[in-house]
Amino acid sequence: MTLYALRQTIRYTFNRPSGAGRQLFRVLPADLPGRQTVREARYAFAPDMAEHGAFTDFFGTRVIEAAMSPGLTRLDLTLEAVVERLADSEGPDLSPPLERLGAALAAQRDVGPRAPHHFTRASRRIAAAPAIAAFARAQTAPGQTVRSCVQALGQALHARMVFDAKATQVDTAPEAAFALGRGVCQDFAQIMVGGLRSLGVPAAYVAGYLRTLPPPGKPRLVGADAMHAWVRAWAGEEMGWVDYDPTNACFAGTDHIDVGFGRDYDDVAPVTGWLRLDGQQSGSHSVDIQSIGP
Amino acid sequence: MDSTAGAQGAADGPGKPRDRGLSAYRALPGVPDELVTPEGRLRPLWDPLIAHLQGLSDDALTRATGRADQYLRDSGVFYRQYGSGQSVERPWPLSHVPVLIDEADWAELTPALIQRADLLEAVMADLYGENRLVAEGHLPPSLVAGNPEWLRPLVGVRPASGHFLHFLAFEIGRGPDGRWWVLADRTQAPSGAGYALENRVATSRAYAEVFDGLNVHRLAGFFRDFRDGLLGLRDPRDGRVAILTPGPLNETYFEQAWIARYLGVSLVQGEDLTVSDGRLMVRTISGLRPLDVLWRRLDGSYADPLELNPASRIGTPGLVSVLRQGGLTMVNSLGSGVLETRALMAFLPNLARHLTGAALAMPNIATWWCGGAAERAQVMAAQDRLVLSPALGTGLPFDRQGESTATATLTPAALAARLAADGADLVAQEAVTLSTTPALIDGQIVPRPMSLRVFLARTPGGWQVMQGGFARIGASEDPTALAMQRGGSAADVWIVSKDEVPAVSMVAASGPYRRATPGALPARAADNLFWLGRYVERTEGLIRLLRARHIRLAEGGRAALPLQKQMDALLASYDVDGAVGLSPGLLDTLGAAVATAGQVRDRFSPDGWSALNDLDKSARRLAGKVAPGDDAARALSALLRKLAGFSGLVHENMYRFFGWRFLSIGRQLERGSAMSGVLAAFADAKAPAGSLDLCIELGDSVLTHRRRFSVGSSRETVIDLLALDPMNPRSLRHLIDALSEQVQALPGAATHGQLSDLGRAMLRTQVEIATATPESLTTQGLQDLRGALAGISDLLTEAYLR
Repeated sequence: MTLYALRQTIRYTFNRPSGAGRQLFRVLPADLPGRQTVREARYAFAPDMAEHGAFTDFFGTRVIEAAMSPGLTRLDLTLEAVVERLADSEGPDLSPPLERLGAALAAQRDVGPRAPHHFTRASRRIAAAPAIAAFARAQTAPGQTVRSCVQALGQALHARMVFDAKATQVDTAPEAAFALGRGVCQDFAQIMVGGLRSLGVPAAYVAGYLRTLPPPGKPRLVGADAMHAWVRAWAGEEMGWVDYDPTNACFAGTDHIDVGFGRDYDDVAPVTGWLRLDGQQSGSHSVDIQSIGP
Repeated sequence: MDSTAGAQGAADGPGKPRDRGLSAYRALPGVPDELVTPEGRLRPLWDPLIAHLQGLSDDALTRATGRADQYLRDSGVFYRQYGSGQSVERPWPLSHVPVLIDEADWAELTPALIQRADLLEAVMADLYGENRLVAEGHLPPSLVAGNPEWLRPLVGVRPASGHFLHFLAFEIGRGPDGRWWVLADRTQAPSGAGYALENRVATSRAYAEVFDGLNVHRLAGFFRDFRDGLLGLRDPRDGRVAILTPGPLNETYFEQAWIARYLGVSLVQGEDLTVSDGRLMVRTISGLRPLDVLWRRLDGSYADPLELNPASRIGTPGLVSVLRQGGLTMVNSLGSGVLETRALMAFLPNLARHLTGAALAMPNIATWWCGGAAERAQVMAAQDRLVLSPALGTGLPFDRQGESTATATLTPAALAARLAADGADLVAQEAVTLSTTPALIDGQIVPRPMSLRVFLARTPGGWQVMQGGFARIGASEDPTALAMQRGGSAADVWIVSKDEVPAVSMVAASGPYRRATPGALPARAADNLFWLGRYVERTEGLIRLLRARHIRLAEGGRAALPLQKQMDALLASYDVDGAVGLSPGLLDTLGAAVATAGQVRDRFSPDGWSALNDLDKSARRLAGKVAPGDDAARALSALLRKLAGFSGLVHENMYRFFGWRFLSIGRQLERGSAMSGVLAAFADAKAPAGSLDLCIELGDSVLTHRRRFSVGSSRETVIDLLALDPMNPRSLRHLIDALSEQVQALPGAATHGQLSDLGRAMLRTQVEIATATPESLTTQGLQDLRGALAGISDLLTEAYLR
């Protein structure tokens, strides 16, 4: 178990007073029994928003919803939370061979939030991409289990891609980032999600936080300055979902704090907004995570 | 029939029945027909109509069908057709023979249609609720989870009214055995009900005598009860009902505008709406007004860019949030498009038994979802008579443009391979053949295939089926449903009773008469009316200026050159080239007027719309043909007369409320701005010779000037008449007084005796012009006045039109 103190600030500045607007924020850590417990979470707007609240979306993510009154030149959202992350039990590989996953999937009579059926098809930001599919296919071997497929693809992707915060934008398509061989955690995760789906493995995009300061003697993980993203793959009825972080070539563990998951970035984007604006807008986003106890 | 037509009929020889192709009329082999029985006997129901058609001379028949077409043209009935990147408005193609159905036969359909509506409501409640149908194995999960019309943000959201579905359409057709089949369910935002009404008016005009004698059920009762149902869902204190349109570029926008007028509710677009304190509000010129029942005519995923399709430009951010909080009734609930999924038809027969305890009273097209091995085997076995389509598609059997394949066109091996590879994404459906109904082609009655769209509305008394509908008539004899995509026409549907039918109207039957006050004017509509006023006035001003320019070209000679040069400079400031016959810049301004008018077509009369379009067409027709000089001057005079026709229609007939005020304000501001510009340019001491007479001509005040001033024109007489005279309707003084009167009548013009910014600016300008003399109103003063009017336009926009 690791206890974290999380502090995040999202700031907008406008060179001319903004008009009315409406924003959704997906930044609150998730409460996941047996995996992650939120001990406390507070958020505040400065200046205070006329109208705000929170709701839970289809996939279970807590969403902060705020209506912005016109006339702002600056807006801050500050989030402070204390989160307990429990270690995942490192069990044996119970996943079926890749060839048998289709039958296991067909037997799942469920369209609830955690059902694998949401994550089998192309989604708005992750279109079918032949180059990624071919790459994914090349990493599999006959009879290989789904879990080891996930690991093999994640490692291969990590070896092929270079982490580069300047190479891509938030709306770069996965196939473009793949062709470039560069990108950030969002690109790594979306490429891997697309690759897994092409193999018939239901795969979700996970958004969350990564501990900023490494434990003593361990290297600092990449991508920790803002929010992080990784992959959640369905490995059959018995094994369920496994989380893999292709940016760091590892299964997600106590360094990873969940916010939410969805079909792609759109379902869990930290900020979705709409604003009437005459002038220019700029934004900044800072995340600070400290381990405050075992 | 009118007297002229009667006299003509007599000349043609009345009482001599014509055959009209009836003796050759036969049902197609194996295809049921509405007019004749399989044995070839005429169904008695049709006797009066057929006798009437046979009794009309060719001329009288042409006049009768012409009356129907004329009605549709006059009321501006169009639909928008898309193709090759452009979309154009097309006149409505009406088949001039209505489909006649016996009331007793119709009554048998009614419970079957209501059963289907209830079944779809139950399926919808499950898909957006507990999803037991998937959990219990009645529906494959991939059809739900993979369905783009299943809108996840709406899962778990209960409708405020208690019902998900309020208005439905079913596309039905007769099979070879004469029984009715459901071809498709229209649950998203069904169109066609307004067209059914228009077809009714048009057809009853063509055959008024038969219609009156035939006890045809009226349509108004259906709409009245549906409207009353919608009104009943409002918050009784301050609630409103509106129709949400995707906008004028939508293919059925005309119908939406028309039905809004018919029901007496406002037509709004996504950008008219905003969310405040958990309620949906309309932006009006009087501020935000709550809205709590919305009949949407746009697809669900476009309704909210924040939580649904982020690419939508026609939605309202926060709309889903309002629904989640139960603050709005959406007709139908967002996400109802999922019920149109073609593959669902494969499961509805079983779902009917499971959810309603009874088999479907009216079957739908036999459908197999190819995701199961057993179904794939059945499809292979019936390969000769099936059509393969995308499982999640929602099109009608005859709207599929190239997305369907007849299985018979594939080899068995190719079909098997396709089913094995993509089975879960495919459905196989029985290839549909339709029944026939009579159509009138070149004066002859011939059988043509048809399908029928029927409408159901949830009313305070439960589901009600429209006693009529919208029939699609095929363009050729080919009865396969697929042939319908080659175009065709629409026909009215007459449900004929043995007994007299009650006359109904939209007005509620009981209670004392109360004059309804017009609803608050949406800010966007006000903005469009304001700009319509400006563009129309600008067009008029440019036509006058151009005409004056071409007259001088024809009559002038060298002496007129400096004046022409100065006129060209003024025209160029409007992007108009004075040297060519009809400048493209003039057509652009006129085009802007037409486009703006198209945005608010529900707010003025169809006659006005026709007049404006007529003007636009004439201008475009003339543009390439007229030569500079006398020819152009004559053409411009003709356009000016047409423009006066439009202005007259709008100004004489428009209800004197806020909409009219914004239109008038737009005209007065534009006219004032143009007049001050003209006087600054041509009443200046340094203006070229002939300038003063030009001012008088542009101000349409030649006769008045002659009458008032026996001397020739001087700067003083011109300024007095065109700037300062309160009696001259084209003088600045008169325009500014009228403008001020309109502005003072707008909501919020003054609060507790305190003038608004707009009111103050208006008053300053009014005092300025009222106290000026011909000597004190200099060219600079005229330019300042023009600036002040521009400032008033900005303040008005800021206060009312944002």
